[in-house]
Amino acid sequence: MTRDRTPLILLATLAVILVGGFFLPQWAKFLLTIALAKGLVVLGLLPLMRTGLVSFGHALYYCLGAYAGGAVGIVFGISDLLLMMLAGGIAGGLLSLLLGFLLARYRGIFFGLLSLAFSMILYGLLVKSESLGSTDGFNIVPFTLFGVRPDGEWVRYTMLAVAAVVCTLAGLGVHRYLGTPLGLMAPAIRDNEIRVEYMGGSARYAIHVIYVIGATLAGMAGALVGAAVGHIDPEMSYWTQSGEFVFIAILAGTGSVVAPFLGSIIFGVIHSVAFDLSPNTWQLVLGTSLLLIILFLPTGLWSLFGRRLRARG
Amino acid sequence: MDKLIAVLIDGVIYSSWLFTAAIGLTLIYGVMKILNLTHGSFYALGAYMAASVTGALLAKGMEPMLSYAVLFGSALLVALVLAPLIERGILKHMYAKDEVVIMLITYALFLMFEDIIKLVWGVNPYFIAEPYGLLGSIEFGSLIYPTYNLILIGVALAAGLGLAYTLMRTRVGKLLLTVIHDPEVSRALGINVGRFYLVTFTFGSLLAAIGGAFTAPTLSVVPAMGVEIIVLSFAVVVIGGLGSLPGAAVGAIIVGLVRSASIHYAPQFELFVIYLVMAMVLTFRPRGLFSIAEARKI
Repeated sequence: MTRDRTPLILLATLAVILVGGFFLPQWAKFLLTIALAKGLVVLGLLPLMRTGLVSFGHALYYCLGAYAGGAVGIVFGISDLLLMMLAGGIAGGLLSLLLGFLLARYRGIFFGLLSLAFSMILYGLLVKSESLGSTDGFNIVPFTLFGVRPDGEWVRYTMLAVAAVVCTLAGLGVHRYLGTPLGLMAPAIRDNEIRVEYMGGSARYAIHVIYVIGATLAGMAGALVGAAVGHIDPEMSYWTQSGEFVFIAILAGTGSVVAPFLGSIIFGVIHSVAFDLSPNTWQLVLGTSLLLIILFLPTGLWSLFGRRLRARG
Repeated sequence: MDKLIAVLIDGVIYSSWLFTAAIGLTLIYGVMKILNLTHGSFYALGAYMAASVTGALLAKGMEPMLSYAVLFGSALLVALVLAPLIERGILKHMYAKDEVVIMLITYALFLMFEDIIKLVWGVNPYFIAEPYGLLGSIEFGSLIYPTYNLILIGVALAAGLGLAYTLMRTRVGKLLLTVIHDPEVSRALGINVGRFYLVTFTFGSLLAAIGGAFTAPTLSVVPAMGVEIIVLSFAVVVIGGLGSLPGAAVGAIIVGLVRSASIHYAPQFELFVIYLVMAMVLTFRPRGLFSIAEARKI
């Protein structure tokens, strides 16, 4: 049996980001933070995609988490970044626990469509609620960490460090979960759900748990992005945002919990570079890469590494 | 009372627009089992082509009444050139893949078209108001509606009835029903399934382009058009049942009436109610209102 190197890779990456991030220019710290946060959402999609389900509405929890994080800041005056993320995670987790009873019964395209409908409901509500700023959204209170507001120079680094630590912990957690009997059921459900049930497993229960995990992570990520950008708006719940998450997930592949973060960073780089070179063709670049990946790397970029590791071992 | 009549009339107009825009989606899903996001691109392309061609010809002094034919011609041009290209070039090689994977492929194509549209037509809005005002208006009591709306209703009726007639009464339609029922057996019987897929995809995309082309005179043509229509037509076809023709009609009427009622009575719920209805239908009739039970495959 080969040794499981994933925790080691995660911790090493954390160390690299904590040390190296210090020397990055401010804008790069910001982009890396956003990429890590989106990677966190995709990390939540990973177990779901292992069961063969693609959610075209995961932005629901991303947006909900951002609004929940922003709300605790404005209503209760809580500005602690970790508490904001906690609020976002709880909001995402609770709603998904409820909706999960329904969604866990759906498969294939109908799962995607129903989750799409739910995220668009939230979008429709937010766009028209004036108290929450309608289409403009609202600004988030400047965050603090353990009661301290970092100095100007340190704001971005603190954010990055928090994002990196949270992502690493979440990555370790999901990795562990995927190794449990319930987590190992995911690919089995994709291959043949009925056989899973013959063997005494409950596909519905497994999917429900996976769904709640994904939504909680998406909620936390939403709150993190809200605090990093300093502003949130209903677009976070629009279907194109969900599409972006699915895009990153396909780009990354479901081979390892490291893949979502790698995919998200690569996505961020493609996005920034393409947008920088010509703002009107970045979607063309994204669409082309998505097409090429589906055609030539159906299991994502991670399969490149996987193949090499297997060849060596 | 006036308000109720306004709700009904607005609802009917909106429903016919939705029906034209969404019916191609349900046709393509019904035959090919592809949830086609490129549909939104064809809608937007139809609108852009119609707006720019009609605008240019009108500026050159074309007889304004001809502009309706030009709208139709622009849609035809877009669909007949691009749809076969996409089907033959890309989709044809993907039919063996999973439904969700094919949907993602059409998503990739949709992203590409978003930028291609911006590259060709720029990011500034296009207006062609002439065809909209040309026919004057009709009065319903104290309510005044541009006659152009009758064209929208006519296009929807023609598309729906034409498709229904083709499916039920013609040889091609019967063959198509066979293909829908079982592509493999159809192939064994000597039906050219590949050609049916090509024609279906082209015709479905043409309907989207027509929807876009005839919408163009009623609003400003902007880059976000395709993004919006996709979710709306999803709602329409999902409510009726994916792949069902009467389903798309009922879905369009439900969404149309619900939206126009909400605009008149509770404008803050306009978008929300549409997706609420979609979620409710999926909850209680997961395969839509007009669906037949499907056996679970082992």
